[in-house]
Amino acid sequence: MAVAAEERLHVERKKPRPLSTNSAIAHAVKDLDVDVVAAYPITPQTTVVEKIAEFIADGELEAEMVHVESEHSALSATVAAALTGARAFTATASQGLELMHEILHIASGLRTPIVMSVAMRALSAPISIWNDHSDVMNARDSGWIIFFVSSAQEAYDTVIQGYRIAEDSDVLLPVMVAYDGYVMSHTMEPVVTEDRDSVLAYAPKRPFPYKLDPEKPVTLGALADPDWYYEIKYQIVEAMRRALDKAREADEEFGKRFGRKYGLVECYMCEGAKSLIVAASSYAATLKAVLPRAWEEGLKVGLLRLRLYRPFPEDLIVDALSNVDSVLVIDRAISYGAPYQGPLANEFSGLILKHGLGVNLVSVVAGIGQRRMVDDDFLKLAKLAWEARTVRKPETIFYGVRK
Amino acid sequence: MRIDIRWHGRGGQGAVTASEIVAAAAILEGRYALAFPEFGAERRGAPVRAYTRISDTPLVPRTPITNPHIVVVLDPSLLTRETIEGLREGGALIVNTRLSPGEVAKVVGLDREARVAVVDAVEIAMETLGVPIVNTAILGALIRATGIVGLETTLKLVRERFKGRLGEANVEAVRRAYESTHIETILPPQTA
Repeated sequence: MAVAAEERLHVERKKPRPLSTNSAIAHAVKDLDVDVVAAYPITPQTTVVEKIAEFIADGELEAEMVHVESEHSALSATVAAALTGARAFTATASQGLELMHEILHIASGLRTPIVMSVAMRALSAPISIWNDHSDVMNARDSGWIIFFVSSAQEAYDTVIQGYRIAEDSDVLLPVMVAYDGYVMSHTMEPVVTEDRDSVLAYAPKRPFPYKLDPEKPVTLGALADPDWYYEIKYQIVEAMRRALDKAREADEEFGKRFGRKYGLVECYMCEGAKSLIVAASSYAATLKAVLPRAWEEGLKVGLLRLRLYRPFPEDLIVDALSNVDSVLVIDRAISYGAPYQGPLANEFSGLILKHGLGVNLVSVVAGIGQRRMVDDDFLKLAKLAWEARTVRKPETIFYGVRK
Repeated sequence: MRIDIRWHGRGGQGAVTASEIVAAAAILEGRYALAFPEFGAERRGAPVRAYTRISDTPLVPRTPITNPHIVVVLDPSLLTRETIEGLREGGALIVNTRLSPGEVAKVVGLDREARVAVVDAVEIAMETLGVPIVNTAILGALIRATGIVGLETTLKLVRERFKGRLGEANVEAVRRAYESTHIETILPPQTA
């Protein structure tokens, strides 16, 4: 009888419930028993922190919620909390991430093991409340580990994986879990959540090892003269390299324990494909649903979904590119004045050259400020990718813009 | 197998909430579902679109719905040809209106076969809730016309969403709409 009851409980627990990505992330924070959350609680903040505040008020999460006066302070407080040994979290979007920019580098420079969720959104001016990837692309060289997730479930799971990676003493870097603002942040969908004991068994709290403690005073982030600064920054380069293996291991172990794993990149319909489309977050989810139609039309186009962006899973991506004639890279941010105006396209261009791959690259900028993209638009991109096998397209295509 | 539902309402009528309740019901019944609004800077009274996709698999696009199986109209003033744009042959059109299904078909210029369901959701909302918020009443009409999700699952979610007395009033709105919805299958106009 007892066993039967336990089994029922297990099944009950595994039943998905309807949550938005924002809510799913708040649930992850609760299930991770995070100690400190700092947030600037007005626009462009997300409902992530509102939901966390509810959990704290209802006694479901015992944590300190620090209301600060700006995102700069939000991240500063989160970093400081982590340096005292607490498990700390914050969430942001758009202008909020921009205002944090200075502290982004301090978080990684101090090797702070924090996790931050980012509902990716366009940047002012002009004012846009809508989705694109301009905010995170501006943060890509700040020494953070960056994940792009494609569902609310993956957001929940990746925040949990994030702490396991960040707090690993071989890594000690901050982690950003990024997802499409509005298109995912406010979408309700099924999510399985796990119980706190299982989550903490997978991601036990491993506090910052050189913590601030009045009993044992230390100085962190002090002046580094030209004789040492470079080495300290180089340590981040090495930690990023190690983070790649740790991220792989974290995903595999997650899969063993919870039955869900994602890979660092995902190659979908790549078997027999002659072209690939590189996409992240909601666009990757849409392409999975749309690409079968492309194959029906004879376009053998696969999807390379970028899940881990920093560190860049170079080997996996080179493997995927080795089997195709063309790759179309979708950027949802603009690198103004760059050779390709898509930041990801520039990285893929470098990768193709570095590994001597005979792959034609197409750079496409799309969805800026959430410019409408329907299923047929993704089919058109599949066609573009396919055509590029034989026809070079040297200039970035600004898909859907009125010129 | 996937069913796409497009919701047309005005800010304040609760189209987004309705789209979420239907998705939540489908999820609780073991299917995969997404509900998402077409995002504008939300203003009371402005036209709002929302979407619900229900599927057997998680392979579901996260794009605005252009070819719905079902169109739900919460505000009769939004009944135009544009409302049924892309509605699939044999699909369903659910409308809060005092018009008959045949009259609705004329107003929107229905040129394909569709099940048209009408309910006076304003009257039901006024009598049950005392305010013209029609989203729960229209749920009753949708379920009656399409059986897309279970009535009992939906009522459970309505009770969770609206606590206490308000919950019961909304349950009453769903039930009354379910009972008083009028449905007709409209065939395309005969071609000579």
